[in-house]
Amino acid sequence: MSQRIVIDPITRIEGHLRIEADIQNGKVSDVYSAGTMVRLLEEILRGRDPRDAWAYVGRVCGVCTSTHSLASVRTVEDALGIVVPPNAEIVRNLMFATLYMHDHVVHFYHLHALDWVDVVNALKADPKKTSELAQSISNWPKSSTGYFSDLQKRIGKFVESGQLGIFTNGYWGHSAYKLPAEVNLIGLAHYLEALEWQKEIVKIQTIFGGKNPHPNYLVGGMACAIGLDDVSAINAERLAYIKQLLDDGKRFIEQVYIPDLLAVASFYKDWGAIGGGLGNYLVYGDLPTNGFRDASSFKFPAGAILNKDLSKVHEVNMREDIEIQEFINKSWYSYEGGENVGLHPWKGETKLNYTGPKPPYEHLNTEEKYSFLKTPRWKGHAMEVGPLARVLVGYAKGIPEFKEVVDSALKHLDVPATALFSTLGRTAARGLEAQLVANWAQEFYDQLIQNIKLGDTRMANTEKFQPDTWPAQAKGVGHAEAPRGALGHWIVIEDQKIANYQLVVPTTWNASPRDPQGQMSAYEAALMDTPIADPERPVEILRTVHSFDPCMACAVHLYDEEGKHLSRVKVL
Amino acid sequence: MAVQTDQKRPTYFEEVMRKGYERRDFLKFCATMAAYMGLETSGVAQITDALMNKPRLPVIWLHFQECTCCSESFIRSSHPMVADILLDQISLDYTETLMAASGFQAEAAMQDTMKKYKGEYILCVEGSIPTAADGVYCCIGGKSALQILEETAANAKAIIAWGSCATHGCVQAAKPNPTKATPVRKLISGKPIINVPGCPPIGEVMAGVIVHVVTFGTIPELDSLGRPKAFYSKRVHDSCQRRPYYDAGMFVETFDDEAAKKGYCLYKVGCKGPSTYNACGVMKWNNGVSNPIISGHGCIGCSEENYWDNGRLYERASVFPGFGIESNADTVGKVALGVTAAGIAAHAIMTNVRKKELISDLIGEGKETEKEI
Repeated sequence: MSQRIVIDPITRIEGHLRIEADIQNGKVSDVYSAGTMVRLLEEILRGRDPRDAWAYVGRVCGVCTSTHSLASVRTVEDALGIVVPPNAEIVRNLMFATLYMHDHVVHFYHLHALDWVDVVNALKADPKKTSELAQSISNWPKSSTGYFSDLQKRIGKFVESGQLGIFTNGYWGHSAYKLPAEVNLIGLAHYLEALEWQKEIVKIQTIFGGKNPHPNYLVGGMACAIGLDDVSAINAERLAYIKQLLDDGKRFIEQVYIPDLLAVASFYKDWGAIGGGLGNYLVYGDLPTNGFRDASSFKFPAGAILNKDLSKVHEVNMREDIEIQEFINKSWYSYEGGENVGLHPWKGETKLNYTGPKPPYEHLNTEEKYSFLKTPRWKGHAMEVGPLARVLVGYAKGIPEFKEVVDSALKHLDVPATALFSTLGRTAARGLEAQLVANWAQEFYDQLIQNIKLGDTRMANTEKFQPDTWPAQAKGVGHAEAPRGALGHWIVIEDQKIANYQLVVPTTWNASPRDPQGQMSAYEAALMDTPIADPERPVEILRTVHSFDPCMACAVHLYDEEGKHLSRVKVL
Repeated sequence: MAVQTDQKRPTYFEEVMRKGYERRDFLKFCATMAAYMGLETSGVAQITDALMNKPRLPVIWLHFQECTCCSESFIRSSHPMVADILLDQISLDYTETLMAASGFQAEAAMQDTMKKYKGEYILCVEGSIPTAADGVYCCIGGKSALQILEETAANAKAIIAWGSCATHGCVQAAKPNPTKATPVRKLISGKPIINVPGCPPIGEVMAGVIVHVVTFGTIPELDSLGRPKAFYSKRVHDSCQRRPYYDAGMFVETFDDEAAKKGYCLYKVGCKGPSTYNACGVMKWNNGVSNPIISGHGCIGCSEENYWDNGRLYERASVFPGFGIESNADTVGKVALGVTAAGIAAHAIMTNVRKKELISDLIGEGKETEKEI
């Protein structure tokens, strides 16, 4: 007999995501992923100034803040044929690197860790043993017995108060939690430390972009002028501030994040065979070192991998009509050309057509349309995007930096390369690329200093900033490797205004509903066959969903195969 | 499973005891508080009673049509730090961004708080509420945003509307507002609503609002738009680091020109500072590191109503008739940006003349507020 469970809201993500899953013989036998919120920014953008688009689309997401703005200025620059000065490219890279370090650490500790770390069990840890363990895996200074003992007392009082706040109703004590109490205590300590740390690293974005979240960008370059002789511009003091923040960020990733990731992973090696899913991976590429137009200079190389075949990396062309298409057969939209056609984003349409149940509802009719996400495909294939895709493409291309971090992690955990295609692989890849990015940020910084030394202080190319310099018609495409994966923007400009603006975001690739061929997208595919020990507390589903770091938000309702609601069980 | 959540929450008194203070210290603190508030001796007992028996502040934080930039900004707060707020000051019983529980366990946490602390909890709302098509454009746990808002607001002590989405509708409410994104204040009445606009608001401003409620047990003094006066009574323009260049007529003409490298005024490249009320100039961002104008880009006016439809980003707002620190926020909202051409000089003179009046008004208001407390 199969049971359908509904998890809505999926928490510890950005936005509104609902998962409905059928459980049979202790495993997921069918699953549906639904986005339940829509704002229709595409329609709002129509008729506006293309130079303003970065600010509008920046508001798509405040978690991966800045990434849409970056993709947007690149899109408009592509349409208008604007080449930005090298310094602007480097500043954009440094802001991007900042986002990666911030976002990946916050994801690991604040959005994902509670799927693996049992906070309440940490109270049983021996502080002395915890200290010894912490010192054996890292040089991080906050690791004394006293430190862990004080923290344990503080959390002990907190739990005794009976008010667990954000920790209320967690799946504490679930059999799927495998960490020794000492590792749980280290995880909890670093949960709190990371909360403190994350507010520091973002200051790099604040220096260049004025604020975080939602720093400012500029079509043609960046607005932060370099002026070594003025207190208001990027000068030696600001640069020194950035260097210090980069160094502190790198140290936290190397001494806290990576050792914790490996320590936790070593207790969950079975998850190296769960949650693999599609086996198809897509990367647009990012972090240019010789101008955005030179794709060969990207630190994250572009490419596609099919069927887990690492011997071949396929080329990707975002401009080709047949390569990237979006479908709406299971999404609450309608296309003029009918239900089953796919449209390239330049020809994209965004017309709402909600056919779902009227709220309040118990469940969606998953036989018909069931999500506000469209379904993108690459040459007809369902693709996974994100850290794992990026790391695999770099690895498959044999790039030494990628080989080094991946092989060293595999060796440390003593698992085969096939363990990469999994929930564990996805979570590990995120940490590995954070490490790479922290290193690259140092290179970007050095290059910036070098340029200034050589007398190049240009930060913006404003030759084509005024609309009267633009052609009557233009279209462009821009991309960014957002922390969650390949992000593409497409624009059509007519009479100096936006005629069409389409975004295909990473979570759309990963969390979308089925296509006309019935192919699942990445979340659904990865959740199939996931073992579920207790359908009332499906922590296993959260592990895999969170391994993708969803950027969307939703209660578990149980009903049996006839659709009848089972009584809701209160856990605590 | 071992944890019981329905245990009695510690009161401020118990918290203070736990931190190692003596009962005598606590009573002394109550007497000081009473004196500070201008209460008679009998008031001491009242405060002592309130603090001994009042539980820590329960908070429910909802997420609707938003981008989570407000939650992100909140965790950027440096004083107090967010870990200390979460562990010591409030009990954040529901927030989709950070809470451990998902699904019906998450919903249960919310329901428990609503029942147990009826009329006592603070409701925070991040995001706008889509009212088109029976609310189907934002559903959580099968309920529409509007249904959830009405249910949770009914027994809240007060509501904090975080950010421009919850106070004005923000980007999704920009024309043509396809989902009819609507701010909290247009849907809920009969409750104190604290509007904290900005996209997002500054982290320390958000923490400041929470800390005010926890520390003083009252909501902060609000202006007629429901915004805390402490953070929204000054224009960005009047606290701008580049302001002297404006007064001297020295402007950046295009981005990255020589004037930009010298930090001149950004008014001609579209800065909306002159029509924006926010604390960015004074408090700056991310613990005082910078603000948009300092970093070379004009203010986009993100804390103002309908800022997405108030002219293009790089279009100069020609003059500010009626604007100035001297005019109050009520009239400002009604004045369109960029109407006539004259008046930069007149504006400057008027500003200086009226600044004096305003400052004396504020001092007067401050005294009034003190009495009320």
